[in-house]
Amino acid sequence: MSVATAHDDHHDSHDHGPPKGWQRWVYSTNHKDIGTMYLFFALFMLFFGGAMAMYIRAELFMPGVQLANPDFYNNMVTDHALVMVFGMVMPAAAGMANWMIPLMIGAPDMALPRLNNLSFWLLPAAALMLILSILAPYLFPGSGGPVNTGWTLLPPLSIQNGIGMDFTIFAIHMLGISSILASINIVTTILNMRAPGMTMMKMPLFVWAWFFTALLLIAVMPVLAGAVTMLLFDRHFGTSFFDAAGGGDPILFQHLFWFFGHPEVYVLLLPSIGVLGLVIPTFARKPLFGYKALVYGMGVLAVLGMVVWAHHQYTIGMSLFATNYFMIGTILISIPVGLMLMNFIFTMWRGSMTFETPMLFGIAIILMFSFAGVTGVMLAVVPADMQYHDTMFVVAHFHYALIPGAVFGLYAGVFYWLPKWTGHMYDERLGKIFFWWTTISFNITFFPQHFSGLAGMPRRIVDYSIQYTEFNMISSIGGFLFGLSHLLFLYIIIQTIRGGKKAPDKPWEGSQIGTPGLEWTLPSPPPFHSFTQAPVVK
Amino acid sequence: MVSKNKTGLPAALLLLPLGLLTSIARADYGYNLPEPAATLTQEIFDLHMLTTVVGTVIMVIVTAMIVYALYAYRHDKGAVPDQNFHTSWFGRWAWVLVPVIVLGIDLSIASSASSTLSSVEDRSKADVTVKVIGSQWKWTYEYMDDDIKVVSNLKKLEPTDPLYLRDVDDPLVLPTGQRVRFLLTSTDVLHNWGVAEIVPKKINIPGYINETWAHITKEGTYRGQCYENCGAGHAFMPAVVRAVSPAEYQQWKTERKAQQAQAAAEASSDKAWAKEELMAKGQEIYTKNCMACHQAQGQGIPGVFPALAGSKIANGAAADHINIVVKGKTGTAMAAWGPQLNDLDIAAVVTFERNSWGNTAGDVVQPKDIKAAR
Repeated sequence: MSVATAHDDHHDSHDHGPPKGWQRWVYSTNHKDIGTMYLFFALFMLFFGGAMAMYIRAELFMPGVQLANPDFYNNMVTDHALVMVFGMVMPAAAGMANWMIPLMIGAPDMALPRLNNLSFWLLPAAALMLILSILAPYLFPGSGGPVNTGWTLLPPLSIQNGIGMDFTIFAIHMLGISSILASINIVTTILNMRAPGMTMMKMPLFVWAWFFTALLLIAVMPVLAGAVTMLLFDRHFGTSFFDAAGGGDPILFQHLFWFFGHPEVYVLLLPSIGVLGLVIPTFARKPLFGYKALVYGMGVLAVLGMVVWAHHQYTIGMSLFATNYFMIGTILISIPVGLMLMNFIFTMWRGSMTFETPMLFGIAIILMFSFAGVTGVMLAVVPADMQYHDTMFVVAHFHYALIPGAVFGLYAGVFYWLPKWTGHMYDERLGKIFFWWTTISFNITFFPQHFSGLAGMPRRIVDYSIQYTEFNMISSIGGFLFGLSHLLFLYIIIQTIRGGKKAPDKPWEGSQIGTPGLEWTLPSPPPFHSFTQAPVVK
Repeated sequence: MVSKNKTGLPAALLLLPLGLLTSIARADYGYNLPEPAATLTQEIFDLHMLTTVVGTVIMVIVTAMIVYALYAYRHDKGAVPDQNFHTSWFGRWAWVLVPVIVLGIDLSIASSASSTLSSVEDRSKADVTVKVIGSQWKWTYEYMDDDIKVVSNLKKLEPTDPLYLRDVDDPLVLPTGQRVRFLLTSTDVLHNWGVAEIVPKKINIPGYINETWAHITKEGTYRGQCYENCGAGHAFMPAVVRAVSPAEYQQWKTERKAQQAQAAAEASSDKAWAKEELMAKGQEIYTKNCMACHQAQGQGIPGVFPALAGSKIANGAAADHINIVVKGKTGTAMAAWGPQLNDLDIAAVVTFERNSWGNTAGDVVQPKDIKAAR
């Protein structure tokens, strides 16, 4: 593919550098600056949510309630999930979308730059609201207990909670608006802003992945917003949507929540699958195997993901027909997922691989995400799920799905694009140490939870009987190591931003193979305004 | 505990390294589903082992493929990338081949799962029906055919005790060899009564009744707990079942009925109780039912559960105090105790609360006051 660009000779009078000082960031309509802010916000939330996880593992280190009361523990479980899902993974993926999609498809910026600014700045406001929800029981004595429901916010327990629940609901509203606006922006950009010749089927897989992600978010986020609004009305305005005593149905909330919640899982996963679709071919020096199959596979995954939500609630007592339907639908998800993972393996097959940090993460993801898929099929089987339901087995399963599937994919993306973003190469030796450190400690943390879960340990408990002690001790030690490894991550990022070996325009030898994006035609780092004149893809 | 099931072997091999590591510390933990003690859970256990084995085989194949690729296709060993692999016949048909293979595996799992699911939802006539009622944070069992009621509270033990968080004061007693139907419901929030050896879980929903069943094959004590987050006491509501022979079960029922009749007669007598008697009984009731929230010294948990020591209600008019205990407080975790405790119990606990921890109401509440307030 040859590309004609005008990036290095744009000397027209409209060109200007970034504004100085705080205005550059607060008023920003530049996709790169907003992308950077998203990524730093996500990095901050990673440590915030991680600190909560460290408390959880410390409390579970041994039997007995040692550190705080059970309500505080469940509050931390709740907010760890909300922060990691809405505050970390989604903003990090959105940051990458902001930075990379316009560069990949040859657009000068996002289609709706002011909307872009709004969708970012809603996030810090929502984060503040979430922090207030944690502090509410202490700031407003007598306002009721902390939010102790878990991230699913299930009534009637969420009706019993104090004012913190109202803050949580408003935080979710703002996060939802932010996601919907960002998604509209991304879909519009992909459909309207592609450079001449950049057809849909020439787009890098990452762009396709975000296209489906954004469509999913637009479809399901309003459902969550509706559900939590109904919760708010039940709490304060005397409605009984979820109260059987008033003619309502506590199970209705579960259906609404998981109608959002299951597609949300794919919202977290798909951007990382997109990153894999770039990283694996680059370092195998060979075109992506089954590009079309991967694109259609992601489409099928998105559609199937929207019609299997009730597998999160097999134990509510649905009809035999409905339960069978949800079971078979869920098991069928293994088809697109299996196809994707196999395509990545076949991309490596007969390639010529080198093992830079992004590739190491890529290979680890294939292996560990396959494992999550296997436990996923086990959980999809209804009668067995009636035994696994709400045990640590579920916790182990979804951490295997979301940490390799989503978070490690984002790490791979960070290492893959850091040279492009900063203009400096990161320290490869430190990157590799970080990879081995996180991967090993992650497995020490979560692998034992499969066993404690099968043996019967419930999730969301502050205290457990002594038969689960060994597995929890191993898990906690692994958890502390896993948490600690992220200080190295932070160090590598700061070190790379501050300096290091100058990165070439194409830092990775194999990045031009297959369906490459246009980001590699720009210098590293790219100019503040890129593609002011549309490049032509032939 | 290695599973005694034949199909358990491959899975056990997979789990072995970790098992060895931890068995150094102690031997009495499990790492698989507990050994089933009922017909239905046995069927589910076999299904679980089937999916575990299938999953293990898939993981072995995937791992082998990746390991081979890592060995054979290395840049530093001079591997030359095959730029046309994706256009070979395999490249053109993999998108059909892979889904067909996966579909085959899926359907074989789904068909055996579907037949087990039909067993779970089997609604044959039961010999014994027990209503399992979850409330914050204890289990109440009502024998529908016999007018027997069992209330199970956590037995307080030290965190070093083998039965820590696994024992209750009054377990559910069930016969072996008979079909038992469980009707599951709740009085406040969602709960989930789970005893993995004998029943697949269904959640307890306030205002709804769910159903599950067991045909217990082995006598013994089976221990589970609540599996749906129900608030502060979620970790502290074990579910314990004692399965006994049908003859022993009959005997237990007779004794239990006699006990209940005696307690009911005592509670409905017109006797005026002395303060000391009520205080002693009240402390017992308080420890069992109230202490989880309001705490041992009536101090509550600030911001979550109100203190009773020095509270306006416990030191104010007795009628208000009785009213909140009998009817509860909507929108909070305070349950209505009227339907759960008899007049004597409520009179005793109210008297206890009004004269303990520095509370100075000084009055004595009699069972007849409760009857009047209902």
